[in-house]
Formats: sequence, C-alpha cells, structure tokens
Amino acid sequence: MSLLHIVIILPFIAAALCPVLYRNARLIHTGWFVLPVPVFLFIYLMGRLPQIQAGEKLTATVPWIPSLGVDFTVHLDGLGLLFSLLITGIGALVILYSIYYLNKRKEAIGHFYVYLLLFMGAMLGVVLSDNLIVLYGFWELTSLSSFLLIAFWHQRDKSRYGALKSLLITVFGGLAMLSGFILLYLMTGTFSLREIIGSADLIESHGLFVPAMLLILLGAFTKSAQFPFHIWLPDAMEAPTPVSAYLHSATMVKAGLYLVARFSPVFAGEPSWFWLVSAAGIVTLLYGSYRALKQTDLKSMLAFSTVSQLGLIMCLLGLGSAAAVYSGTSDSLFYVKATTAAIFHLMNHAVFKGALFMVAGIVDHETGTRDIRRLGGLMTVMPVTFSAALIGTFAMAGLPPFNGFLSKEMFFTAVLNIMELNVWNMQFWGAFFPVIAWIASIFTFVYSMLLLFRTFTGKKQFEQLDKQPHEAPLGMLLPPVVLASLAVVFGLFPNLLSYSLIEPAMAAIHPVMLAEGARFHVSIEFWHGWTTEIYMTIGVVAAGIILFKLHPRLKIINQPLFSGVSLNKTYDGGLKALDRSAWRLTGRYMTGSIRHYLIYIFAFLIVAVAVTMGGSANIRFDMSGYAPMSLYEAVIIFVLVVSVIAVPFARTRLMAIILTGAAGYMVTLFFVIFRAPDLALTQMIVETVSVMLFLLCFYHLPKWKRELTKLRFKLSNFIISVGVGAVMTLIALSASSSRSFESISDYFLKESYKLAGGKNVVNVILVDFRGFDTLLEIVVLGIASYGIYALIKLKLESDEAGKGL
Amino acid sequence: MELYMSLAIGIIFTVGVYLILSRSLLRIILGTSLLTHGVHMLLLTMSRLKTGAAPLLGQKADAYVDPLPQALILTSIVISFGVTSFFFVLAYKAYQKLGTDDMELLRGKDDE
Repeated sequence: MSLLHIVIILPFIAAALCPVLYRNARLIHTGWFVLPVPVFLFIYLMGRLPQIQAGEKLTATVPWIPSLGVDFTVHLDGLGLLFSLLITGIGALVILYSIYYLNKRKEAIGHFYVYLLLFMGAMLGVVLSDNLIVLYGFWELTSLSSFLLIAFWHQRDKSRYGALKSLLITVFGGLAMLSGFILLYLMTGTFSLREIIGSADLIESHGLFVPAMLLILLGAFTKSAQFPFHIWLPDAMEAPTPVSAYLHSATMVKAGLYLVARFSPVFAGEPSWFWLVSAAGIVTLLYGSYRALKQTDLKSMLAFSTVSQLGLIMCLLGLGSAAAVYSGTSDSLFYVKATTAAIFHLMNHAVFKGALFMVAGIVDHETGTRDIRRLGGLMTVMPVTFSAALIGTFAMAGLPPFNGFLSKEMFFTAVLNIMELNVWNMQFWGAFFPVIAWIASIFTFVYSMLLLFRTFTGKKQFEQLDKQPHEAPLGMLLPPVVLASLAVVFGLFPNLLSYSLIEPAMAAIHPVMLAEGARFHVSIEFWHGWTTEIYMTIGVVAAGIILFKLHPRLKIINQPLFSGVSLNKTYDGGLKALDRSAWRLTGRYMTGSIRHYLIYIFAFLIVAVAVTMGGSANIRFDMSGYAPMSLYEAVIIFVLVVSVIAVPFARTRLMAIILTGAAGYMVTLFFVIFRAPDLALTQMIVETVSVMLFLLCFYHLPKWKRELTKLRFKLSNFIISVGVGAVMTLIALSASSSRSFESISDYFLKESYKLAGGKNVVNVILVDFRGFDTLLEIVVLGIASYGIYALIKLKLESDEAGKGL
Repeated sequence: MELYMSLAIGIIFTVGVYLILSRSLLRIILGTSLLTHGVHMLLLTMSRLKTGAAPLLGQKADAYVDPLPQALILTSIVISFGVTSFFFVLAYKAYQKLGTDDMELLRGKDDE
C-alpha cells in the first residue's frame, strides 16, 4: 500500500465517515469536513509534478487476485496526473460551491457528500488504475454514483427518469468496454495496461483487434456522450448544479476521452480507429452546437454545449492518431499538434464549463428560474456573476484573450493539417473537416452569446421571478471566479500548462514517437501571425454576430428540424416496445396451463433425443443376442398392450382402474418370467394396495367424464405421446443392444454369500451393498405417509382462496 | 423378446403421456402409474432378459440374471407407490376444496 493507493482510497474512507459526521455535527455544514479531502489530494498530486515532468512514472502494486492476473496497480504518468489534478482541483471548488448551494436543513446533504466522495474516488481510480479489470470496476462505480447523484431529488419524476436513462446508457457502454478488455486479455494474456501497450505490435495483426476496438470505443462514446449516445446528458441536468458542474462537464464525461487517449498507443495508426473517433467527434460537435442553439434552459444549453465540446476533443484525439502513421518521421510531429490541442482544450473546457455551470446555478439559486425567456437585465444586480459568465462564455466561444481562443486556433490548425493527409481517402474527405468545424464554431459563438446576453442584459423583468435577485454569497462566487481567472491565466500564459502538464500527457499518448529520454516540445503562442486560422476566427465572429442578430427571426433555429424523428423518442419508444414485447412474449408461452408446459417439456425431450441419436454414430441396433419369445410371453405382452391401450377409451372410472390394475398385474407376471421373484412379490402387493386406494378414493372423486376437448387438442396430444413412445422404444433398443463394458453384478453374485452371508442377492444388495438407498427409500415412504396424514387432517382457516376459481 | 418388450414399453409410454396431457386430474394420475410400469420394464429390459436363473445363490445355477436392476426396480416401486398415493390424496383434497378436477380450470390467478 503506497501513498498512490491512499489517493484513491481516501475519498472512500471519507465517504464512510460522512454519515457519522453528518449526524453528530449538525451545526456545521458537512461539506466543510469533506473539503480538505480534495484539497489535500490536489496538493499531494501537485507535489508529484516535478517527477512526472522529468519523465518519471510512479507505479505501486497491491496484489488483489494474483491467480487471475488482477492486481490493484496504480500508475501515475502525465495523462493520469492531468486528469487527477482536474478531478481533485475542480472537486475542491465544487464542494466549496455546494456548501453554499445546498441548504443543510432542507437537503439530505449527508447522502450528497457520500455520493460525491464515492464518485471522486471512483474517478481517481479510473484514471490511475493500470489494471483493466480494476479500471472497469471504478468505471462502473462512476456510473453508479452518477446515477445516485442525478436522482438526488428522488421525489421528482424527471430526476428518476434522467438517472435511469444515464445508467442504462452508460452501463450498456461499460459492459461493452468490459468485453473489449477481455478480448485484449485474450490477445495479450495480461490485464495490465502498460504491458498491453508494450505488446501493441502483437495485437495489430490479431483477428480480435477490430472487435476489441469497437467494444472499447462503445464504452468511451457512451460515457463521453458522443452522438447518438449523447441523449442521457441533457436529462442528467436534473441533478443539483454542483453535480452537473463536476460530473457532467468536468470529469465523468471526460472518462471516455481518457479511455480513447489511453488506448491511442494500442489502436492509433489504424484507419478504422482514426475514422471512428474523428467522425464521431465531428458529428457530435456539429450536432451538439446546433441543438444548444434551440434550448431555452440555461443548463440544457450548457449540456448540449458540453456534448459538442466533447465531440471537438474526441475529434482532435482521432486526428492526432494519424501521427502514428508517420511514426518516426518529422511528419508525425505535424499531426501530433492535434493531440496537443485535444489535451489543451480538455483542460480549458473543464475550467470554463465548470465556471459556467456554477454561474447557471447561482442564477437559478438567486432568481428561482433557469429559463432565458424569463431572465434578463441581471448585469447590474449580479456584477461578479456576470464577469465570471462573460469570461466563461467568451472562452467557450473562442474569443481572445481567453483560453478557448487558443484551443480553437489549435483546433483549426489540426483540421487544416488533416487535409494534407494522403492516406485513407483523406484527399476527398479531408476538406469536410475544416468546413464542419467552422460551421460548428459559428453555432458555438451564437449560443455562447445567447447564454450571456439573454441572461444578463436586456429588459429587467424581476416582477415575474419567484425571488428578488441579488448577488450570491462570497463562498458561492469564489469557485466560479477562481475558474474564470484560470481561464484568463491559461489564455495569457498558456505555456504555464504546456511544460508542466501537456508534454508529459503527450508522452503518455504517443509513447512510440519519442526516442528514449526525449520529450515533446509544446509551445503555445498567443499570437501566431496572420494565418488561415485567424481569418477563420474572424469569419466565425462575423457570421456569428449576424446569426445572433437574426436569431429570433430564424425559424430553423427556434423550431425542431425534424419533428418526426427524435433520438429521445426512439429511446423512449424502444424501451417501451422492449418492455411490451417481453411482456407479450411471456404471456404468449406462460399460459398457466399445465398441459402446455408438459408439451414443451415432452417436445424438447423428443427433439433432443432424436437429434442426438440421429447425429451419433455409436448407436447401434443389434438384435443378434435377443432372447426368443415363448407363447406365454406373447400372451402376456398382448394382454398388457391391449389393457394399456384401452385405458383412454374406458367409459367408466371403474373400468379405467381395473385396466390400469391389469397392466400392473401383467408387469408382475413379467417379473415372474424374467426371474425376479422379489419384484413380483412386491409389485403384486403394491398393485393390489394401489388399486384398493384408487377405488376407495374414486368414490369421493368426480364422475369419469369423456374428455370434452376439441379434436385438434387430442391430435396434438396424440402426436406428442406417440413421439415420446417412439423415442423410448429407440432408447430401449439401443440400450439393450450395446454393452460397452462388463456389468459389476458379477461381483455381487460372487461375493454376496462370502462377504454378506446372504444367498438372495437382490436382498443383499438392498440392505448390505447398497443399504443407503433403502434407508432413504424408507424416509420417502415415511414422508409420504406423513404428508397424506397432514393433507387429510389439514383444515384451511379460510376457504376464500378457492372461491374465486 | 427384447424387441417386443421395447415396443410394449413404447406403447405404455405413449398411453401414459397421452393420459398426462389430458384435462382430468384422474387421468393424469393413472397416466403416471402407467409411466411407472413403463420405466420398470425398461430397466429390466436394458440388462438383457432370460440370461440365467433367478439371483438366488441356493439354486447353484451356472448363470444368474443381473441382480442390480432388480434392486433398483424394487426401490423404485416403493418410492413411486409413496408418491402416487400422496398425489392421489392431494387430488382428492384439491377436488374437495376447489370443486373441479379440470386442469384447464386449475390455474393461478392472473396477478400472481
């Protein structure tokens, strides 16, 4: 157990202590006890920065299930550090914010912090685990804790709906990812990520390569809300705003991006990986930004904006994977720039989106609504919130001097570079990337401006609001202000990040591109001259302003584009149809009629035996050793068969009983003929007693009626029963004509007198050689008689149960 | 002989299964008791018939029939007798309580 393990486990310990603190210290908001956890972790992780920067990697292992190759191995490299700093840093700010956001009297904050700490620990586990199975465990724990957090106000219908939806979609992806991991294990024989990356060459030519890639991508796409799996994210906005800020903008939704980045060394250089990741990303980018335009709710806007920005990062990760094709040449560094942009934007997005969600939460908290149609003119009332919102939205729109500007320029550079890629049909498709990116950037600009100006400028309509708006308390303002300042700092001094965090993270994503001891040299410059990117940005702003002005008049933006087709409707309808068809299917075959179930069982028996016998070469029908038949036996067999066949045709119950009894006595005669005196004796007595019992009981039972069923039923019954009879005949014939080894009965015959001192071998077997059978058979008889006694004596307290039938 | 026995077993099974598939509880019980006979005869036939004397060592015969299936059948006869009589009383009690022996009417409620 090392300090690295403590990093993951500490939140879980804190989560276990949370309810105790909540119950015993009611006067202090529980959040204050929770706050030191992420702060401490953040400080500890910052302390590891110099080591990571120097190219060192920290690893610690605790054996968990060594026999299965599953160990709790923690591995800290550049990518892991970047993510864990985001998780703990924004986690600390979100907890501070939530202390002021959630009322300690009105809300169940004890639960809230337990879930939040569980989530934080799970997320740290995802980004720091080296073992795939452990990673998967933490991955599902993030889905679960996210489920609990979305449904925090579980008395609301919409919260429960959103929570269920997100759980179904992310767990679906998680399971797909698990199967992908297992395929990787089959290919490499290890669950360790580092070893899998090490044997990437071995995997490349393997037949399971593509299935593993698809399954892992399915996990990443569902978690990171890529099209068409993005539908859970807008509905997850029913969660308390700190949760939306933390999980659904900064951390959990980036788990999919982490996965893609982490597996880049394994899959990069493959055309299918490049195409899937970058196409999914760019489609999501365009779709998310377009849908964000239509929203009127602040959090829905931000949710779709998150979807689109995640698509942007995903697309950049895909474009960056092209570098692996040129591995070893100077061209590779040309494409690596896309990965730099992805990591840089990942951090930027976490910063400004966190701030914007917190702003939305403040607006909601202070005015009672998040609908931009009811808001307006808040600028003078809430100046600090407005400043944070301004920085956040301008960063999101990609305007200087904020960090979003730089990452957008780098995004444009990446999509322009990709046009020069001359493999995989990129000569044709490459031109689409810059065009789509440019259009999506315009949409992004417009919804950012809508978000800002519809909320904070324009007419004041405070009389419509539930509360009289005023500036939020300091503690609530502090986290968005910190994040907004970071957006400015990263914008003006981007190289603060590039040396410390981006370079080590790049080294983790493109390990083969570096010679031993070398490092990437990332330098992000604020001003890079009059390049194409700058003109594109100017174009975005110009077109964006026009669109913003025209916005209220453009129908295409305000109304749904395709009212008929909707992904949410498909999801809801699919779920309902699944439910209904399962219900209908069950109703169809679970009829409640014993006869039907018996038919299934018998039909299965017939098919199983017939197929096995038909398919097996070892079954012979050898009639050579059969005993001859005498006249007595012929007569007995004839009588037996006739009496048995007559039973269903019997007109009275007495007749049926007598016919059944006759069959029993014929069997007794067979026992006599086939040299089984004990059997004959027993059979005769049992048959007599049974017939007597039958007669006795039939007196009280209903009249023997002719079966009043339709011919169709009789026919199906007849077919089934003939089938069973035929199958049993075949079994009897094949069993009596093949003997693969000698019977053990020779032993019984030889040793019966010597060992047991009995000459009746059957009786010796029953009480000596195999006495246990007899003991339990006596028990069966005892239980049966007790049961009969109980049945007869039993008097039900109420007879109502039977009346309804 | 084994061939004819096998055919007879097939017929017994056919009639037994046919009775079990019917609606009346009484037929079902008679069907199970026929099936029992079929199984016992199958057990006996499978160890080959008429290969020697009865397994009583006092007879001093050269060959005896296989005693193991006989022991198994003996156990089975007793067990099936116990089960059949229990079922019978159960049918009797069910008829007393519910007033019908029609299996199509003896169903659980829909909400169960």
